[in-house]
Amino acid sequence: MNNRHAILKCTDISKSYGNQTILSDVSVELAKGEIKVLIGPSGGGKSTLLQCINCLVVPDSGEITMEGQRIDLSRKQDLYRLRQQVGMIFQDFNLFDHLTALDNITIALRKVKKLNKVEAKERALLELDQVGLADKASLYPAQLSGGQKQRVAIARALAMDPKILLLDEPTSALDPTLIGEVIAVIKGLAVKGMTMIMATHQISLISNIADEILFMEKGRIVEHGTPAMLLGCGNDSRSQTFCDKLNDLSATEG
Amino acid sequence: MPNALSVVIDALPYLLQGSLLTVGIVIAAMSLGLIIGTFMAVGLVYGNKIVRYLLTVYLWIFRGVPVVVLLFLFYFGIFNFLGLQFSAFTAVTIVLGMITGAYQANIFRGAILSLPQGQFKAASGLGMTDGQAIQSIILPQILRISIPAWSNEFSIILKDSALAFVIGAPEIMARTQFVASRTYQHLSMYITAGIIYFILTWAGVMALRKLEQHVHIPGYSYNGNQ
Repeated sequence: MNNRHAILKCTDISKSYGNQTILSDVSVELAKGEIKVLIGPSGGGKSTLLQCINCLVVPDSGEITMEGQRIDLSRKQDLYRLRQQVGMIFQDFNLFDHLTALDNITIALRKVKKLNKVEAKERALLELDQVGLADKASLYPAQLSGGQKQRVAIARALAMDPKILLLDEPTSALDPTLIGEVIAVIKGLAVKGMTMIMATHQISLISNIADEILFMEKGRIVEHGTPAMLLGCGNDSRSQTFCDKLNDLSATEG
Repeated sequence: MPNALSVVIDALPYLLQGSLLTVGIVIAAMSLGLIIGTFMAVGLVYGNKIVRYLLTVYLWIFRGVPVVVLLFLFYFGIFNFLGLQFSAFTAVTIVLGMITGAYQANIFRGAILSLPQGQFKAASGLGMTDGQAIQSIILPQILRISIPAWSNEFSIILKDSALAFVIGAPEIMARTQFVASRTYQHLSMYITAGIIYFILTWAGVMALRKLEQHVHIPGYSYNGNQ
């Protein structure tokens, strides 16, 4: 991994609210095409770390470098530029409720990328088609199922040509029967070489597509390594124990 | 009673001319209030400490002082002091606009706070500036949510506009009083004025309900049971 050039480098990211520390000196690097998975108990800082990476939550301290360029965390322009290059997928989709699936995608293309109406629509339809929802273009979020909403959200993020995709528990708010369609889209992205960092509890994503697992607890990365290293047989790593628990859960749920 | 009826009938065109002025005052004041209220709400939610403080002071003044006092204060006091020669119509419109602006600001502020935070985050996450997110994502949603409360505000301002007669704007109330005091038909004239106000309120509220249905987001319930 080290011989590949890192696109994104986050060094010693810290964040606290009041006297409660959420992240303490967390460092993450992502090389092109690399997929890292964040796991760990809730409240461990996974979500905050992801939101710090694109500065939706501005870190109290630390350094973020995107393709060699250091982001000045106190400059709005720098933050906007960073976010334009980093896509984000949320647990609860966050589609714009007043816009159709199509316009959810075109709005940022037009406002941020300054495409004209026709170009934006073309691009949006292409992305909707990629996630298998071309026929839902004119529907509003309230008329879509959870899985469809998340796929629109993924299409919306991809339309911006992000260099990195952040996924914050993309399947956690979904009905078990709808998880499959979203996982399929994410696996498709992995095959295409999308660079991703994702918080998830979905074993199939953790063990199949992750290049590296980062186990977070109490605002720190306490363990990291390849799935083979951490989840291999007879391993007593924290990640292994945690994933065993997840497995047990999904087994009992049947 | 035939006398009362004929006075009302004779006065009706004169009163209806006054209603045009009333409608003009209300539309202009509500529009001014919409602009003031929108900017204020954005400032109250997203502004820095100083902006929020200044806007809160404005809010307290315009909510805390009676309409008549503000009307006199601005028409005879502040506008005069600034050397502004406003007609009674313009003065009433501006003062009512500033008052309803304060109330509308609070309506819109509540609506912004009721939106899930994820809406703004998603917009930011796509690289939109704060201004773009507010303009294309937040405002279109909160203005829709606010229509019922806004319609309430409209009906209040419509009736507050009757106070314009105290500074001599020739609207419904001023004209009614003029006719009533000359013909001594107080009862019938004020009943007529009341009916005109009622009809205007009803028509406006109905129009806003139509607007609400027109901009309704498909798939969302607005009757609570759909």
